[in-house]
Amino acid sequence: MFKRTGHSSKKTIFWLVFAVCAMFAFSFALVPFYRIFCEITGLNGKVFESKFSNMLGEKDVSRRIKVQFLTTLNGEMPWEFKPHQSSIAVVPGEVTRVLFSAKNLTENPMVAQAVPSISPGLAAQYFKKLECFCFRQQKLKGGELIEMPVVFQLDPALPAEYPSITLAYTLFDITPKPAAKK
Amino acid sequence: MRTGERPKGVIRWITTTNHKDIGTLYLVLAFILFFVGGSMALVIRTELFAPGLQWVDPDFFNQMSTLHGLIMIFGFLMPSFVGLANWQIPMMIGAPDMALPRMNNLSFWILPFAFLLLASTLFIEGPAPNFGWTLYPPLSTTYGPDSTDFLIFSIHLMGISSIMGAINIIATILNLRAPGMSLIKMPIFVWTWLITAFLLIAVMPVLAGSVTMMLMDRHFGTSFFNAGGGGDPVLFQHLFWFFGHPEVYILILPAFGVISEILPTFSRKKLFGRTSMIYAVGCIALLSFLVWAHHMFTVGMPVAGELFFMYTTMLIAVPTGVKVFNWVATLYRGSITFEPPMLFALAFILLFTIGGFSGLMLAMVPADFQYHDTYFVVAHFHYVLVPGAVFALFAAIYYWLPKWTGRLYNMHIARWHFWLSFLAVNLLFFPMHFLGLAGMPRRIADYALQFAEFNRMASIGGFTFGIAQLLFIVVVIQCILRGPRTTSRVWEGSHGLEWTLPSPAPYHSFAIPPKIE
Repeated sequence: MFKRTGHSSKKTIFWLVFAVCAMFAFSFALVPFYRIFCEITGLNGKVFESKFSNMLGEKDVSRRIKVQFLTTLNGEMPWEFKPHQSSIAVVPGEVTRVLFSAKNLTENPMVAQAVPSISPGLAAQYFKKLECFCFRQQKLKGGELIEMPVVFQLDPALPAEYPSITLAYTLFDITPKPAAKK
Repeated sequence: MRTGERPKGVIRWITTTNHKDIGTLYLVLAFILFFVGGSMALVIRTELFAPGLQWVDPDFFNQMSTLHGLIMIFGFLMPSFVGLANWQIPMMIGAPDMALPRMNNLSFWILPFAFLLLASTLFIEGPAPNFGWTLYPPLSTTYGPDSTDFLIFSIHLMGISSIMGAINIIATILNLRAPGMSLIKMPIFVWTWLITAFLLIAVMPVLAGSVTMMLMDRHFGTSFFNAGGGGDPVLFQHLFWFFGHPEVYILILPAFGVISEILPTFSRKKLFGRTSMIYAVGCIALLSFLVWAHHMFTVGMPVAGELFFMYTTMLIAVPTGVKVFNWVATLYRGSITFEPPMLFALAFILLFTIGGFSGLMLAMVPADFQYHDTYFVVAHFHYVLVPGAVFALFAAIYYWLPKWTGRLYNMHIARWHFWLSFLAVNLLFFPMHFLGLAGMPRRIADYALQFAEFNRMASIGGFTFGIAQLLFIVVVIQCILRGPRTTSRVWEGSHGLEWTLPSPAPYHSFAIPPKIE
């Protein structure tokens, strides 16, 4: 190892290797950081269970909010998945219950997980889900059909700029694979 | 340093710890991969010569565009500038060698294996990676071919190599400067490399982390990027571009350094605004960590986020503008001569600025919604990388080659190389702006009829550019074998420590520290 300016290369290298390890750890730390950032700012249209409270204000009967429902199957999942009604007019503050149905079209038992998303994303924090089939996994035998409820409430503090809100569910196939991939 | 016996032949190159040998190895590997990646680009341009599918099937086309991107960035541009750093930094700061010569050997010799691993994906069963160099999941996780794992490990290896290279460069610059060479007196090329090396240390581990998460999603049942398990594919884009944007400055900052060395030599003036140049590079490096999401304006970000990234991106134009202004001011009233390095440097300023302006257009959120993933983006980043970084590399090699070999090269062929490259690169990439504005998406093997003419122009430009690069090889080989001997200063206006050494630069230089006034 050469030396010229009187500094020790060992010290420099120690700090640089430390920085490399720290940045590698940082890349993994970004994963929870990303989730928390979205949760605090309400970005990304995600609905975070921890924010639910029963402390909603008075009903706001002066307006009706149009809540639309969308369902998507991820990839080529062989299920049927749809809402019972495509949209509904909701009074902010009122507890509303809607039904979705899912059917396993195969002959084998399958497990599914629904992932919700709300748009516009910034309205997500005013959308309180009291009960949702997305809180747990759905295990369906071959050919089985189920009806799944969602109970929700709109926060009356919802700004007037959101006359309608879309609640979209994507259903993912999370049936455990028999062995490793392939 | 003893100049004792050293092994000959292949063993010399495998066991060498000499910075000049390793610099040469880096440059040779880089140029082999330049021609490999270039051939892939020509497969792309052949298929796109006319509408319809003529030569390759779309899946192979996608493999070509993926590997072309990865090889050109990680295999050509990054190693070539590390090669320049190896050759030049010790000579420019009066050091006997790099601070960690053995690690230097290791960081080079990892690379050929990394790229063999990557190239092997073309020959094993199943498709090679076909999802673009940006590796977005779920294309690279759920739908990625088996060869994706080869790609992941190959990225790990190149990451380790460039991190070791960066550590070595920083340790050399901080600890091995000749007495009297304060940081502020350091040549600009050394400054840009110091900052680039810090960028490498900051972001290569993030890329390594992201591809590790990809690997875990593929095989170990995690769901970092899988929405079905509570993850988010957009998270990968954030991680990737947190690496990816500083990465583009890793590719261009050493090029800025090269241009800042060459312009004063051939204008016979001092570099205008030297200190502001150093600050500008530092500013660009810091800002590069705050702009990553401008690559993802269309993922559905809230307006506040888009505005933030739009403004920070546009802010980068300020230090970049300072640099371009200073370069032009260096030329002002200089006694300019047009040797090949100067020609490439002047073309760099002109064409890099065009790429910078199209970058400003892309930075505007409402406009970007139209330009996103079109050929306009392809035109933009090729303008900053090819007539930007690659031209700077040619300029650097034409500038320092006589110092390395002790011989002059054939200026006549080098000028032909320049003019052919200059015309062809514009014929190749300029029409892509129009294609993108007209709506042609990138990464497609077939296109609508109205795009035929501009695509034909681009393909002709592509082949001309490719063939012109053979002239470069001719110039370099002829110079090494038969060039006329040159003096230690080589250029009339040359300045700096490396020109005080004899040409060719001796195998061991500055064993006794030089005096700096």
